[in-house]
Amino acid sequence: MALYLLRRLGFIFLTLLLASIIIFSITQFLPGDVAQMVLGQFATEVAIENLREELGLNLPLHIQYLNWAAGFITGDWGDSLVSRMPVQPMVMQRLGNSAMLAGVAIMIYVPLGIALGVIAALKRDRYPDQAITAVSMAFVGLPEFVTGLLLIAIFAIGLGWLPANSSIDPGSNFVQAFPYLILPAITVSLTGLGYIARMTRSGTIDVLDTDYIRAAELKGLPAAQVLLRHVLRNALLPTVTVVAMGIGWLLGGLIVTETVFGYPGLGRLLVYGIQRRDLPLIQAGSMIVVAVYSLSNLAADIIYGLLNPRIRLGR
Amino acid sequence: MYNPAGSALEDGTAVLQPVLDVRNLTVTYRTDKGPLDIVRNVSLQVAPGEIYGLVGESGSGKTTLARAVVRYLAANGSLTADTLKLGDTDLLTLSRAEMRKVWGSRITMVHQDPGAAVNPSIPVGEQIAEVARVHLHLSPGEARKKALEMLGLVRMPDPESVARRYAHQLSGGMLQRVLIATAMATNPELMIMDEPTTALDVTTEAVILDLLNELMTDYNTAILYITHNLGVVARICSRIGVMYAGEIMEEGPVKKVFRSRLHPYTRGLLGSVPRVDASKKDVHLKAITGQIPRPEELPEGCIFSPRCELAEGDCLIARPPLVQADGDHYTACRRWQELLHLKEKEQHEGPVRGAYDSAKGPLVLEAREIKKHFRSSGGLSSLFSRESGPIKAVDDMSVRLRGGFTMGIVGESGCGKTTFARCLAGLEEATSGEIALEGVTLPYSVNRRKQSDLKKIQMVFQNPDASLNPQHQAGVSVARPLILLGGMNRSEVRSRVRELFRAVNLPEDYIYRLPHELSGGEKQRVAIARAFAADPILMLCDEPISALDVSVQASLINLLAELQEKNETAYLFISHDLAAVRHISDWIAVVYLGRLWEVGSADDVFVPPYHPYTEALLSAIPVPDPEVSQEQIRLRGSVPSAVNIPSGCRFHTRCPRKIGPICEEKEPPWQESGFHHKICCHIPLPRLKEMQGKGCFFNSSAEGEEC
Ligand code: SF4
Ligand code: SF4
Repeated sequence: MALYLLRRLGFIFLTLLLASIIIFSITQFLPGDVAQMVLGQFATEVAIENLREELGLNLPLHIQYLNWAAGFITGDWGDSLVSRMPVQPMVMQRLGNSAMLAGVAIMIYVPLGIALGVIAALKRDRYPDQAITAVSMAFVGLPEFVTGLLLIAIFAIGLGWLPANSSIDPGSNFVQAFPYLILPAITVSLTGLGYIARMTRSGTIDVLDTDYIRAAELKGLPAAQVLLRHVLRNALLPTVTVVAMGIGWLLGGLIVTETVFGYPGLGRLLVYGIQRRDLPLIQAGSMIVVAVYSLSNLAADIIYGLLNPRIRLGR
Repeated sequence: MYNPAGSALEDGTAVLQPVLDVRNLTVTYRTDKGPLDIVRNVSLQVAPGEIYGLVGESGSGKTTLARAVVRYLAANGSLTADTLKLGDTDLLTLSRAEMRKVWGSRITMVHQDPGAAVNPSIPVGEQIAEVARVHLHLSPGEARKKALEMLGLVRMPDPESVARRYAHQLSGGMLQRVLIATAMATNPELMIMDEPTTALDVTTEAVILDLLNELMTDYNTAILYITHNLGVVARICSRIGVMYAGEIMEEGPVKKVFRSRLHPYTRGLLGSVPRVDASKKDVHLKAITGQIPRPEELPEGCIFSPRCELAEGDCLIARPPLVQADGDHYTACRRWQELLHLKEKEQHEGPVRGAYDSAKGPLVLEAREIKKHFRSSGGLSSLFSRESGPIKAVDDMSVRLRGGFTMGIVGESGCGKTTFARCLAGLEEATSGEIALEGVTLPYSVNRRKQSDLKKIQMVFQNPDASLNPQHQAGVSVARPLILLGGMNRSEVRSRVRELFRAVNLPEDYIYRLPHELSGGEKQRVAIARAFAADPILMLCDEPISALDVSVQASLINLLAELQEKNETAYLFISHDLAAVRHISDWIAVVYLGRLWEVGSADDVFVPPYHPYTEALLSAIPVPDPEVSQEQIRLRGSVPSAVNIPSGCRFHTRCPRKIGPICEEKEPPWQESGFHHKICCHIPLPRLKEMQGKGCFFNSSAEGEEC
C-alpha cells in the first residue's frame, strides 16, 4: 500500500514535471514580447531592455525554466506582470472560489445523477428511461452559456429570486457566497448530470443482470434491500471514478460558466492571464490545474480500491 | 394426459404428501416468432427428504422449469398449470409479494456458478445472516450466530474467519458451501439446485455431493436437483426425470431407469457418456445423431422421433403420452415394451491399438523439463496487496509422445495443464526446458518458429469461437491455413476444404455458413477440420469437448479417434473429464501444481497401484451407474496457490495417504511399475497397491455381472 502510494505520487511528480516543461515552453512561444506588453506600445527601447533584464528574460531558456521551477516548488510563484502583485495568493484565492462552486455543484448533480441513473436502469428501455436519457443528453449537448443565460433569465430577471451576477468579493466566505453560487452551480450541474446518470445507468444495468442479484431476489429479500445493499454497492463503483475525474474539470475548466456569471474562479483567471500574456500567472495557474487533475485521479483510484473488496483485500 | 402422481399415490409407493406437486405445467415465452412453449405439460412430484434428479441437455428446458416452479420467469414468460403446489400452498394464486415470502424461506435455490451467485462486495457471513433476519426474524446478533452455525453445518473449516471474507477470497467449492448454507438456513421444504457442481472440479464436486447426502439424513428438505451429469444423478438421487426439448421423456427411481432405460433418449444419453471404468476397447461411444429441435420447429409426433433409431410411422403422427411402464417408472416412448428386450450392442468392432504397441510409432514430441513462470501483475490491485513471487504455472514437466497415440493430461483446474499445452504450441513462451518436434528443437515462441514447423502443431480449444472468425464462412476459416501454409492453388484448396468437411462429417453446404449459423458441436467440427487442414503431426486438444452436450461429445470423441487412426496424428488431450480422457487416451499423465505425478498407459493408470492423487481423482468421478460403488477418498481444500508451492511432495497438504514428515521434507522419488508406468511418491509401490486393494470401482450388486 505505502509502496503503491509512493509510486503513484512519484508518477504524479513526473506528470507535473512534464507538464511544467510543456507549459513553460508554450508560454515562450506566445506571440509578442512580454516587456513590450507590460510597458505598452510607446515604451522606450531602454525601458524595455531594463525590464527584460529585471525579469530575467535575457537568461538562457533552461536557466529561466530552472529558476521558475525552483521558485514554484519553494512557494515563490513570482509576481504578476500586470498587477505586479504576487501570483500565489491570487491563484489560491481563485482556487478557493472554484472549490466552493465545485462543492455546491457536486452536491447537486451527483446525488441527482445517481438517482436518475438508477431510475433509468430500473425502467430500462421504457418511458422513464428514454425520457431521462433524452433530457440529460440534451443538457450535456447544450453549451453552458445557453443554459446559464436561460437560468438567469428565469430565476434572476424573471422571478428575481437569485442574483444574476455572481462576482463575489474577494475573500468572501462560503455563507456569504452561497446565494451567488446557486445559479452557476446549477448550470454546471446540468452538464455534469448527464455523465453521472449515464454511468450509473450502465453500471446498474450490468449489476441487475448478474447471478448474484437474481440470487438475492430469490432469497426473498425485500426489493428495497436488494436495490440498496446488493445492487448499488456494486453498481456505483464506476460512478466514483467519473465523479473524481469531474473535480479537475470543475476546478479549472469552467471558463464559460464563470464568464457568463462573472464568477471569479480559477478558469477565468487563467483566461485573463492568457489575454494579458501574464506568464507567471499562466504558469502557476496551469500547474495547479494539472496538480488537481492528477490528485483527484489518484483519489478516485484509492476510493475505488477501498470500496472494492477485490482490490482492497487482494487475492 | 396420463397422470403419474395420482397413480403413484394409488400404488401406495408415495403415500407421503409431496412437497412439490406440479401437474401439466407449461411455460410460454412471447418472442419475435410468436409465443413459444419452452416447457410443455410437465408433471412431477418431489417427496419430503427426496433428491429428485432432473436431467437434460442444454435447451431441454430444465432451468426454465425450475424458474417456473418458483414463478420467477423473465418478463416475457408466462406459465399455466393444473397444479403448482408447495405442500398445501397453491403457488399459482400467490402475489409477487407473497412469493417473496416463499423465496428464501420455504423454497431456496442454489445456483450454477457459485463465483457469480455470491455478491462480491458483501462478506459471505452477512449474506447468510440477512436471510435469517428477513425470514426467521432474528436480531442482528442472533442472525450472525445463525450464519456461523450454518457454516459449521456445511463443514466449513473455521467459520468465524470465513464469515468475514468476501467472495473472491474463497474457492469455488467453499462458495458453493456458502450458498448451500444460505439455502439451508431457513430449513426450507424444497431446495432447488441448478447444476450446483458443474463449475467445480471433480474432487470438489465429490465433497459437495457427500455433504448433500449427509445433510439429507438430518433434514427433511426435498431437493430438485437439475443437472446434465448422469453420474451425479446416479450418485445422489433417488428419482430421476429425463427432460428433452421441454418435456419429460422418462421418469422413475434411479436404479430402475438406469437399468431398464425405457426411452431411446435415455439409452442414447447413457450410451454416449464415456465411463471412467471402461475404455475404448470395452465400449464404443454411441452418439445421438442430430440436435434438440428448436421450440418453434417441434416435430408433429414424438419429439424425439427425428433422432430416434426406432422411430416408425405411428411415432410421427401423435405425441406419445407419459405412460406407466412398471410401478413408479414412466416413459413417453410408444415402443417401450420392445426396448425391455432390446440389448444394446456395446462391443467395439475392429482392432483398437493400445499403448503397448507404442514402440512402433515415430517419436513426434519430446518435451523436457518445461517450466513456465509468470510474474504476478502489478496494477491497481497491487495498491493493497502484499509481496508476491512468480506464479509457477508449469514447473518441470516432461512428456514424450509417438505418432498415432494419444496422451491424456488430467488434473484439477489451475494445475498448469493448459499452460503446458500453450507452451508447446508456442502461444506462451516457456521459461526453460526443451521442446523437440521429430527430434528438432523448436524455439519457445511461435513467432520464431519456421512455417513448416508451425503447420505440424495444431491446437483445438475448448471454445471453437477462438479459432473461427465470426465474419467468415466456415469454409474460409478452414481454407486459411491451407493458403497460408500450403502453397496450393485455388481449386486444390477448394477440393481439400470439401474433403475436410466430409472428414468431420459436416454436409458440404456448411462450407458457406457463418459461425453463428452453426451449433456448438458443429463449430467444434469446423475448428477440428481447420486444425487438420494443415496436416499436423501433433494436435493439442485443450478441453475440446467440455463445453458441449454429452450427446455431442460422443460424436466428437469418435471423430477425433477416427481422424487419428487415418492420419497417424499424435494427440495431447487435455481435459478435466477423466472419463473422456480414459476413453480416448493410450497414455495418461496426471498433473498437480505444475508437475507430473504419474505417467503410464491408460490401463495401468486406472488400476492400483496408482498415485494417491490419481486415486482421489478416480474416486471422485461420479460413475453413471447407480450399481457401482466407489471408494470414498476425498481431498481436503483446494489446490494451493502456484506462488507458494508446498515443500517436499507438493501434494502433501491434501494427500489422504500421507505417511509422515518425509512427505513434507523430501521430494518423492519416481518409482517404476511395469510398462513405462511411473509413480512419484514416497510410498513403496507394493505397499501402495496393498492399500488400494482392488481399486476405485466395484459393482455393488454382483461383481462383474453387467458392467
Ligand atoms: S415413440 Fe417412437 S420415435 Fe419416440 S422414442 Fe419411442 S420409438 Fe422413438
Ligand atoms: S509422497 Fe507422501 S504426500 Fe506425496 S503423494 Fe506420496 S504419500 Fe502423499
